Amino acid sequence: MRKLFSQKDRRFGFLPGRHRQPDLPDELWEKCAGCGEMIYLAEFEQNAHVCPKCGYHARLSARKRVALLLDPDSFEERDAAMRSEDVLAFERPERSYEQKLADEAEKAGLPEAVIYGAGKIRGEPVVLAVIDTNFFMATMGSVVGEKITRAIELATESRTPLVIVSASAGARMEEGMFSLMQMAKTSAALARLHEAGVLYVSVLTDPTLAGVTASFATLADVIIAEPQATIGFTGPRLIEQITHAKLPAGTHSAEFMLERGMVDCIVPRGDLQQTLARLMSMYGNRQPAPAADTPRPVETAP
Amino acid sequence: MAYEFEQPLVDLRARIDSLESERKNGKPDDAGPELQELRAELARQTTDVFAQLSPWDRVQLARHPQRPRTLDYIRSAFTDFVELHGDRRHGDDLAVVGGPARLNDMPVMVIGHQKGKDAKDNQRRNFGMAHPEGFRKARRLMLQAEKFGLPLVTLLDIPGASPFLADEERGQAWAIAENLQTMSRLRTPIVVTVIGEGGSGGALALGIGDRVLMLEHSMYSVASPEGAASIVWKDAKFAPEAAKSLRPFADDLANLGIIHRIVPEPAGGAHVDPRGAAQLLKTALVEELAALQELPLPKLIDRRYGFYRSLGVVAP
Repeated sequence: MRKLFSQKDRRFGFLPGRHRQPDLPDELWEKCAGCGEMIYLAEFEQNAHVCPKCGYHARLSARKRVALLLDPDSFEERDAAMRSEDVLAFERPERSYEQKLADEAEKAGLPEAVIYGAGKIRGEPVVLAVIDTNFFMATMGSVVGEKITRAIELATESRTPLVIVSASAGARMEEGMFSLMQMAKTSAALARLHEAGVLYVSVLTDPTLAGVTASFATLADVIIAEPQATIGFTGPRLIEQITHAKLPAGTHSAEFMLERGMVDCIVPRGDLQQTLARLMSMYGNRQPAPAADTPRPVETAP
Repeated sequence: MAYEFEQPLVDLRARIDSLESERKNGKPDDAGPELQELRAELARQTTDVFAQLSPWDRVQLARHPQRPRTLDYIRSAFTDFVELHGDRRHGDDLAVVGGPARLNDMPVMVIGHQKGKDAKDNQRRNFGMAHPEGFRKARRLMLQAEKFGLPLVTLLDIPGASPFLADEERGQAWAIAENLQTMSRLRTPIVVTVIGEGGSGGALALGIGDRVLMLEHSMYSVASPEGAASIVWKDAKFAPEAAKSLRPFADDLANLGIIHRIVPEPAGGAHVDPRGAAQLLKTALVEELAALQELPLPKLIDRRYGFYRSLGVVAP
């Protein structure tokens, strides 16, 4: 599904480098994918990639997201070097999967599409995982699933609130069924986190689709979405391909999903840290869960 | 209908059938030796044809329109089935069926995806592409299985979860995710079997269990070969190449440790002998459930977690 986001389309976000006007020095200006205005790059950076003119939320790298959310120098990253393997010896056109991974790593400056670790938000401990769309459109293979699962287990064992900032075009084809099974693995780990009574806040950013939405990204106590983020299972362009019909504008947006009851709130990037801190301070100090041998009450069928 | 690769087998079977009916109609019995020879020839050719299937042939076989579906297996391998409908929230999705039934006298909850038998049935059942309300009906029945201590048997056969805007509006991704979480902790034994096409997240939404089985000629894939081809090759016409690369067949997935057991099918495939296929499935299910019921529940659920926790290959 990642090819759906590789072309120019304002619905799918800000694609740096593609919208520059030739008559302006490249390194100083960025054209906003929301309003088309030219933004002074320094101002764009300072504003965490949100257009100061129209409020459009362009994509943000995982490193910048960590810097935005966590207290300075509080991030203790884990498993930073974990890499994918070509476990299926997947035959693909042009480049081998290994070569593709190397190219993506160079482009994104990361060995895989997710980083995680322990840190602090306004002095309070948190386990944070952030997915980066610059690496292979943030597709989920074994490494994304494994690092997300380790983040969930770290939060569960240390009884620390968990925040995952999600984005993804879906499962990574090159790892076949191992990719699909990451949905099962992360969901099973979250079931245990919830049994232990630990808070999980999911932040959906542009785009969060397919297998990631249908697993850990939505199994949260609170689901926050970024303004205008594309969210769903089958993405808008794929639906158009299948139905041979144009969709109305705005389907799959965070606002569309809020209206249909699928997310709790839409929080602008500048307010995200404060909202997380508030939720953690009110939800984060729960008494320890009952002993493990107490059977959980049978859920009444909906 | 028959695929090109099975046409010689279909022709042979037709000749055998016509000779057999001639015999039944009291014609003098000079066809005996010929029949025997034809049957031996059919067995030989079946072995040959199936030994040489290409990955794309195998995809066709898993999707064979005459392949038995969930309700066929329920009718042949189970008794006393009471079909329960609806998710109590939105509607009843006919692409998912389920309810209590007996397997050799033992009450179980059986839930499966249901593809249509013909064009009209497929229209009612959305070609087996389940809606959110189908997954939510399944979850309601899973929780009933837990409440009443029934082991859960699921049968997977879905091209993929329904991909339309209305499904998005009703939370397709949310419905699938909830099932994954619920099944991973459900306090009853679960045996999952892929009977035809195990298509992506929509298959997995009924697919978390203590034992995962695949019928010999079924497939289970992260995406349809067409979908994977349009992502990786940028063109759906490379689906046969994708079918090879994805390694979606029962023997592939048993070798990779993603499934536990392959259930054999009658020679020529389940569609040639649906009752025989149901019997083979029943035997496997009875064995698997008997073994699972030996385990205390906490151990079973820890083991289930351990299995899914172990899936994935990474370089540290």
